[in-house]
Amino acid sequence: MSAKVAAIPMIATALCVFVGGTVWTVVYSFTSSKLLPKEKFVGLSQYERLWGSSKWLISIENLAIYGVLSLIFALVIGFVLAALLDQKIRFEDTFRTILLYPFALSFIVTGLAWQWILNPDFGVQHVVRSMGFESFAFDPLYNSDIVIYGVLIAGLWHETGLIMCLMLAGLRGIDEDIWKAARIDGIPMWKTYLYIVIPMMRGIFITAIVLIASGIIKVYDLIIAQTGGGPGISSEVPAKYVYDAMFLSQNLGQGFAASTMMLLTVIIIVVPWAYLEFGGKRRG
Amino acid sequence: MGNPIKNASVVNLDTRRMTAFPTSTTTQPLNAQEEMVGPQGRKPGKILSRRNIFIYGTLTLVALYYLLPLYVMVVTSLKGMPEIRLGNIFSPPLEVTFQPWVKAWSEACTGLNCDGLSRGFWNSVKILIPSVILSISIASVNGYALANWRFKGAETFFTILIVGAFIPYQVMIYPIVIMLREVGLYGSLTGLVLVHSVFGMPILTLLFRNYFSSVPQELFKAARVDGAGFWAIYFRIMVPMSLPIFVVAMILQVTGIWNDFLFGVIYTKPDLYPMTVQLNNIVNSTQGVKEYNVNMAATILTGLVPLTIYFISGKLFVRGIAAGAVKG
Repeated sequence: MSAKVAAIPMIATALCVFVGGTVWTVVYSFTSSKLLPKEKFVGLSQYERLWGSSKWLISIENLAIYGVLSLIFALVIGFVLAALLDQKIRFEDTFRTILLYPFALSFIVTGLAWQWILNPDFGVQHVVRSMGFESFAFDPLYNSDIVIYGVLIAGLWHETGLIMCLMLAGLRGIDEDIWKAARIDGIPMWKTYLYIVIPMMRGIFITAIVLIASGIIKVYDLIIAQTGGGPGISSEVPAKYVYDAMFLSQNLGQGFAASTMMLLTVIIIVVPWAYLEFGGKRRG
Repeated sequence: MGNPIKNASVVNLDTRRMTAFPTSTTTQPLNAQEEMVGPQGRKPGKILSRRNIFIYGTLTLVALYYLLPLYVMVVTSLKGMPEIRLGNIFSPPLEVTFQPWVKAWSEACTGLNCDGLSRGFWNSVKILIPSVILSISIASVNGYALANWRFKGAETFFTILIVGAFIPYQVMIYPIVIMLREVGLYGSLTGLVLVHSVFGMPILTLLFRNYFSSVPQELFKAARVDGAGFWAIYFRIMVPMSLPIFVVAMILQVTGIWNDFLFGVIYTKPDLYPMTVQLNNIVNSTQGVKEYNVNMAATILTGLVPLTIYFISGKLFVRGIAAGAVKG
């Protein structure tokens, strides 16, 4: 009995916030809510407006570029660093501490630090120019064509350490005998990694991918701190679109439609993973 | 038509072999050496092997790159504005000044308030302490109930909770605004504390459930035989036995809540904004002359709390994020 009473906060959270809140938002995304939510259903017209808006299309494009690149770079760099740290080296703890510290910082701090380093008048561009390379240009945050890569630099700095730690844990779980066997067979080290170790770490890789992907969709603070969505609207992301629609432009319906699209994206990513991870086990 | 393609693929294979060969010849001597020494360690005295130079060289370069932003922030915050305008962001300060730190803490302006980041700092503390206590208490009781009491429907609610961890916050923020408005907590610190407790629940519950499941069942059964009830077992057996996991949960929550921006900006109002929100407002305000040294001092001040926790807690921090990371 008291177990049930003690679990009331959990039950309330699960039902009211997670299930209730999600259903509510999806339902109200079909209404013409503006300043306040109202039950005037207008079918898919919010979604038509959403996909006709250039701000949303840019947001999606940015999310795709940022997502794919940060996934690839974080996995590759994270794995290579973990493999280097796994060579029974000295000062392993020192290196790991240094590589992981950005993850402890908030995205706001990360964004502001990189905004300063990438500042064209004082930062990297200025320093290289004052060394004599007058025509050197590196101003990602002020160039709308490459602004998302400037954000990517900061994002990778923040998250790679975490991926490295996950990968390192995975590498430590590989049986020492596998390495001995590969060495006796004369298989070069890079081949052992590529064809034996990485396939064995499938679970870790999938966890890392799900982790990075669910973080990418939430990207918001970093953009706010580093670029504010600018220059113009060139570094907008879906999470910012939702916030702006709900709290700045009093266009709740658009916010609900956009957040429902975000939910749909997550479902497309997570469901196959959950199916592979949990559905497979039950059958096997 | 078929032949050239076949030939091409053969050539491809050959080139692949050709490129593979040199690398294997360079690594093979090393491998051979290792075999001679045995797996316990490398030949002593040969510290400057090509392999070691490569490993330590790469790691040192990467480590320097990772430290660079921190270094630039510290250096900038110790310079005066004239020096920043003339100099190079990587050079150490010629004249060290702590004025920007004082200004960032007690004088920097956001809107009409000019009492610096200190206001945001104390707001964050006021948010942090109750949120950490509340979220950990709720989640540990949840985890305990799930691991040891298995009431009807428990697994269903737990599954919803874990699935909920993957739902983007944006989907749930507006319904929560309405709920908080209904009970009169929208825009207050209490409301924000509740929000943090709700969103911290999935990961923390999972953490505690897994930990309590590993506590021997005999202990629990013995206490039941002795007549101990739900709360007696929780407070006198489970909590004292699980202090490490409470520390891990605390690290996870303190850094997570301190670094939060989204919930702070949505569920509080300007004079209650947490430190991260106030920091962003100070640095990205469009009014007045930009004082980069003050901005950087403010940025470091905001990062100081999680950084301190990170450097003190060391391995426990890694354990915390690993637990948080492996949600499934």
